[in-house]
Amino acid sequence: MSAVATSTRQAPGGMNVKLANRIVIYGLLALFAVFYLMPLFVMLVTSFKTMDEIQNGNMLALPRAPTFEPWLKAWGETCVGLTCAGIKGYFWNSIKMVVPAVLISTMLGALNGYVLTKWRFRGATLVFGLMLFACFIPFQSVLLPMATILGSLGRFGVTLQNTFGTSFGLGNPTVNLVFVHVVYGIGFTTLFFRNYYEAFPTELVKAAQVDGASFFQIFRRIMLPNSLPIIVVTVIYQFTNIWNDFLFASAYAGTGDAMPMTVALNNVVNTSTGVVEYNVNMAAAMIAALPTLLVYVLAGRYFVRGLMAGAVKG
Amino acid sequence: MAFLEIDGLRKRFGQVEILKGIDLDLEKGGFLVLVGPSGCGKSTLLNTIAGLETITAGEIRVDGRTINDLHPSKRDIAMVFQSYALYPNMTVAGNISFGMEMRGVPAAERQKAIDKVAKVLQIGHLLQRKPSQLSGGQRQRVAMGRALVRDPKLFLFDEPLSNLDAKLRVDMRIEIKRLHATTGTTIVYVTHDQIEAMTLATKIAVMRDGEVQQFGTPAEIYNNPSNLFVADFMGSPAMNLIPATIGAEGNALSVVLQREAREPISLPMANAPAGLSAFQGKPIIFGVRPEALTDPEGAERNASNIATADCHIEVVEPAGSDTFAVTNLGGKGVVARLRADANIQPGTNTPLAFNLTKAVFFDPATETRIR
Repeated sequence: MSAVATSTRQAPGGMNVKLANRIVIYGLLALFAVFYLMPLFVMLVTSFKTMDEIQNGNMLALPRAPTFEPWLKAWGETCVGLTCAGIKGYFWNSIKMVVPAVLISTMLGALNGYVLTKWRFRGATLVFGLMLFACFIPFQSVLLPMATILGSLGRFGVTLQNTFGTSFGLGNPTVNLVFVHVVYGIGFTTLFFRNYYEAFPTELVKAAQVDGASFFQIFRRIMLPNSLPIIVVTVIYQFTNIWNDFLFASAYAGTGDAMPMTVALNNVVNTSTGVVEYNVNMAAAMIAALPTLLVYVLAGRYFVRGLMAGAVKG
Repeated sequence: MAFLEIDGLRKRFGQVEILKGIDLDLEKGGFLVLVGPSGCGKSTLLNTIAGLETITAGEIRVDGRTINDLHPSKRDIAMVFQSYALYPNMTVAGNISFGMEMRGVPAAERQKAIDKVAKVLQIGHLLQRKPSQLSGGQRQRVAMGRALVRDPKLFLFDEPLSNLDAKLRVDMRIEIKRLHATTGTTIVYVTHDQIEAMTLATKIAVMRDGEVQQFGTPAEIYNNPSNLFVADFMGSPAMNLIPATIGAEGNALSVVLQREAREPISLPMANAPAGLSAFQGKPIIFGVRPEALTDPEGAERNASNIATADCHIEVVEPAGSDTFAVTNLGGKGVVARLRADANIQPGTNTPLAFNLTKAVFFDPATETRIR
């Protein structure tokens, strides 16, 4: 048997070697895919099972009677710490923090990139180099200094509250998180936009200047409409990072009403009231992961190449 | 008073002086071409007129008004860029009317202006397209339309044809010339192509290393180059610049050209420029354009000073309309332009007629013209 197998493999030579290579390559790829998809699969099936089925059945088995109950419970009833109103409030907390943080950091990055490439000033390269440093600073090292700054801002907010009757959001944990993420994100967004605008034809800016457009008119009418690919990249990157952030969230809004999704999820899993409800935990984790998936699916479509075609040359 | 006046214009980037004192002027309705090799400062000069570059010293006036420190949009100029610089996110109509929109012209008026320009340039059917859907020639037209719609005092063109293929370039060149003739606008045009310069200009400024080498009409530049650089740069095929010495033949001066393995040629000069007598016995550069060096039958009948000499033909290049013959004089390949049907064989000796009325002489040490 084995002799026959080896002889057939060797006789036609190249063809079979090629086939064997293919099998090895695709086999490995499939193995890795399974390895990566397994946790997601387990989470998904578990979230649709009843507790009985989880305790008595196989972890990998498909749910016998799929139920949405765990999802509804995770969304509206499960306990986070001592309050049992589900994770929906924390979900919106995260949205309220992520959307402004992504928009502001992306806009500032675009503006920085525009200035650093099209309105070069003495020392522009140095400024850009220093901003790049922001990308290499580890989260942990800024925790304490940032806490001090947020504390001062909070105290200033109290002063404003006493003087004008409003704190302008200073001291609010959501505003604090937006501030932290914007500051931390500017380095990355500036890097993205600067590199994109570096290759952006400067003649367009000159033409707009001759046409009488102002600094911001050029930015809004010429630069931004032609930056869709890099805006999409930046938004995906920033959204994923900020949504998934746990360290800043737990440090600056780890308790109380402004707690973001990631911290709440951690608390859901750590809250023990007798039985661990795996199905609810899995459903909550899936809900926490959905927005980033959604952003990829929706924004990924706009990864268009060749957007600049027609601007210059023939 | 000239319409466009540039006085003592200097531009410095750090320690490097890009423009070293430019003086130019152009009458209203004129067509000034700035020509020179890359890096000569011609585009920088155009950008300073446009206001896209600041100047270090000097003055620029348009129609009597100093515009040195005005913002580009306040200078009443329009510019056509080398890459066309069409806004890719806007339609052709949007591109053309963007400047008016920025100046707050009402929509109805904008539409009227767009239609008018579209008619002149025959781009009416393209108005709703995006630049990416246009061919190179159409983009060129739109870029011109964007400039034309402003009806400015001064048009600036920055190598507008260099991205087009050869045939389209000739078509667009004629179109620009027609546009200039019909609209009577004043144009400053940058190119490195000396044929574009010759065909389009009413005035040419030949530039090198931030200095104007010569400023004059195309005919002046072509027939009376003021130095070796201008003579070499303008004209295609280029002027033959042959090392020679000045001798005497009777009481007239003569040009002595060395030949390979034969006695030198001596061309008697009937009316040599006055300055040439000082160079008797000394080396000079003898400049003669290919069309002034031809077969004796093809030589200009009414030229007063034609000398004929026997030359050894090394290469013959039939180009259809003309035949070019290459001979060796003074150690250099020299191109003669003969009639298309001239009976000439490579490797033979043939008499060639030198039209010395058209000949020019340069001092090899200073590279300036001997007059």
